[in-house]
Amino acid sequence: MSLVPVRTVLENGVTLLVKSTSKTPIVAINLAMRAGSIADPADAPGAAWLLSRVIDRGTAARSAAELAEELDSRGITLNIAVTRHLFSVVCTCLTEDFAAVLALLGDILMAPSLPDAEISTRKGEVITAIRQDEDSPAVQAVESLMALLYPGHPYGRRTKGSVDAVERLTRDQLSRLHADRFAPGALTAVIVGDVDAPRARDEVARVFGGWRASAARPVALPPVMPASTRQRLVIPMMNKSQADIAYGFTTITRRDPAYYAFWLMNVAFGQYALGGRLGDNIRERQGMAYYVSSALDANIAEGPLTIRAGVSPANVDRAVASIDEEVARLVADGLAPKELDESRSFLIGSIPRALETNAGIANFLQTAEFFGLGLDYDERLPGLLAAVTLDDVHAAARRALRVDRATVVVAGPYEER
Amino acid sequence: MAGSGLLMKQTVLDNGLTVLVQEEHTAPLASVWCWYKVGSKDERPGLTGVSHWCEHMNFKGTTNIPRDQVKGIIEQFGGSWNGYTWIDQTTYLETATRDALDRMLFIESERMANCLYHPDDCESERTVIISELHGGENDPDQLLDQELTATAFKAHGYRNPTIGWLSDLETMTRDDLYGYYRRYYVPNNATLVIVGDVGTDDVLRKVDAHFGRIAAGAAIERRATVEPEQTGERRVTIRKAGTTAYLKLGYHAASATDPQFAPMMLLDAVLTGAKGVNLWSSFRVPPPQRSARLYRALVERGLASSVHGSMVPTEQPFLYNLSVTATEGIALASVESALLEELDRVRRDGVTEAELVKAKAQLRARMMFDGDSVTNIAHQLGYFATIASVDTLTSMPAGLARVTAEDVAVTARDVLSSSNRTIGWFDPLPVDTVKAEA
Repeated sequence: MSLVPVRTVLENGVTLLVKSTSKTPIVAINLAMRAGSIADPADAPGAAWLLSRVIDRGTAARSAAELAEELDSRGITLNIAVTRHLFSVVCTCLTEDFAAVLALLGDILMAPSLPDAEISTRKGEVITAIRQDEDSPAVQAVESLMALLYPGHPYGRRTKGSVDAVERLTRDQLSRLHADRFAPGALTAVIVGDVDAPRARDEVARVFGGWRASAARPVALPPVMPASTRQRLVIPMMNKSQADIAYGFTTITRRDPAYYAFWLMNVAFGQYALGGRLGDNIRERQGMAYYVSSALDANIAEGPLTIRAGVSPANVDRAVASIDEEVARLVADGLAPKELDESRSFLIGSIPRALETNAGIANFLQTAEFFGLGLDYDERLPGLLAAVTLDDVHAAARRALRVDRATVVVAGPYEER
Repeated sequence: MAGSGLLMKQTVLDNGLTVLVQEEHTAPLASVWCWYKVGSKDERPGLTGVSHWCEHMNFKGTTNIPRDQVKGIIEQFGGSWNGYTWIDQTTYLETATRDALDRMLFIESERMANCLYHPDDCESERTVIISELHGGENDPDQLLDQELTATAFKAHGYRNPTIGWLSDLETMTRDDLYGYYRRYYVPNNATLVIVGDVGTDDVLRKVDAHFGRIAAGAAIERRATVEPEQTGERRVTIRKAGTTAYLKLGYHAASATDPQFAPMMLLDAVLTGAKGVNLWSSFRVPPPQRSARLYRALVERGLASSVHGSMVPTEQPFLYNLSVTATEGIALASVESALLEELDRVRRDGVTEAELVKAKAQLRARMMFDGDSVTNIAHQLGYFATIASVDTLTSMPAGLARVTAEDVAVTARDVLSSSNRTIGWFDPLPVDTVKAEA
């Protein structure tokens, strides 16, 4: 069953992708603006994040209370998220509410009023969230790893910003960010569910068709410099029970032809079943950790491969040594044929699950559009994975992983001896 | 909701295994869940955490699935598998392409009858589970939840955390684990659910082939201590280094089959937004709550950065929980007083007709969203069959529709009394002080 979505570009530059399904009377709406945290002005880190907390708190036409009432009465929660590159507004609604909800989302994206009182309240929430992050060994480990892997690069910054930076943010800065970055040419709207393509197109055109704003300038990203030595940072958090390890490397861009080899390598290394090779070694054989896994986040710039584990402070050294050992083994020998076959069967076989729900399809289409993977990406994906050889995976491991250039962060009740 | 149970076929095998099958032909997938009526409420002192530890052991190889072949047994079909343990239940699932159906049933039949509990695996898993416990303790909100529950219940088994208490995890033996497994993992204590792109007759034939020969176990005697009525407010305060203050309230509240359950769901929707009743998926999407009373009273006024209500369907009366994160710089006492003021108001004045209409519309939408995949539909059927009955689920929309504003007001007066509540504070000590002491 191929997706075969319908793609349209409105005259003002809004990109629309529609996939009709009829399993339940609901519609998933996924709107993504190319205005993620990399667009934060140099003097305003955390601006996109704070904007995401305030954007749905009042528009030119509706007060915050009216917006709240319209959403709540339909049982809808907006998921407004900021990643490195995207500012997205996602929700699921009943089919009968589709037109009204889309109009509401359009109002929020195009004409937010950003009331001062709302900015002040949401700053309090964001600062509380940053303080919670500061008390979480897992968040501290990962954020510090990113800062070490990406010095001076937007990927190394905390998306939420810092307490000081958030306190300093002004309404003018948020308003300017919105004016600079939110434009029809930067928007991709994906609609999946119980609505046919012509009707979805008409509704999107009705809401967004009259929007005029000049296309945003792309943000220039500095080059990513792979680490040239091994780095290690310990963040003692003696009030905690368990230590979190984050261990990683910079890798490749999503458009790199080696992406599928990297993807399969990562699955076998730190995902398959209970955490791939890492899970076999650290959780199953040594019983050291409740969780251990790896994640690959190839992106517009060279994204990270991150290995994470939660272990008792007494086992930190042994766990890091075991990760080193598995990295070295992967670089030296690559994967066994069986491992590559299993990972490949798993990824190909999991496509129907990923595309089961409307929200899952919408997410898949949004990603495919963002990286320019084509409307038939779901059909081509099995072939792309099938073409990867053992040599390709081995080359990927040798290209990006080196024990003597790993960056390692430990956060928790642990101190350097 | 999708998966309303109307198209479901229910059978009981001779050995007592209840089987629920529902055909859903929207995607080439099938989801298999096997549910056991055993959870942390069934554990005796000294063995807290045993239900959850057994769940971990039941992924480690069986007589006919060697240890080294567990890995990949479902993944090769592109499938995912998982399991969870809570107060009333332990459950296991696989969701994969429909051609894996026979394999999924084979795995669940092996899990029911033939797990190995090798002593080395039990030991290795002890440290994994203690690591899971410590990971939970890293989260102050989770720690407070555990302390609050243990304070609210002084007699009923719901007082024990599902992960168990540390000393029990340190001393439990392989024989404790295996004995518990053999006692509760029997067909007459289980419900098998299959939902997906399958034919019911074919499913039932395969189920019989895999499960029909498993012998029934001895009838399970259950002695539940009834929690005595709470006669005065209880308090618990955690003083531990941290950056953020948390407040939790727990009120003893209705079980899933109690007539007061539906008015409680609506009361919770008015206070904190509707969640639906799917423990597996509902929590992944936050509730619509911008116009909810407690959100307006606490978050909109800048006293809290979040407020959450939890009224989960359970077999026996559990807790209605309210959880609040205080905004940086706001004292817990101020948050508590604003919260109690709102709860007093709803006890005094009830809810408006408009609020009730909105709460019902929210629940209708959320219950529709609850059933958006074969995995979620199967979860709902098995969950309710285990803690109550499938009828409890299928009659819920009609039951909610019948609730009046007066029903909600009576429920609020009854449940939200001061003598029925436990209040918990996580009152953080400065982090630097502790560092210096360490």
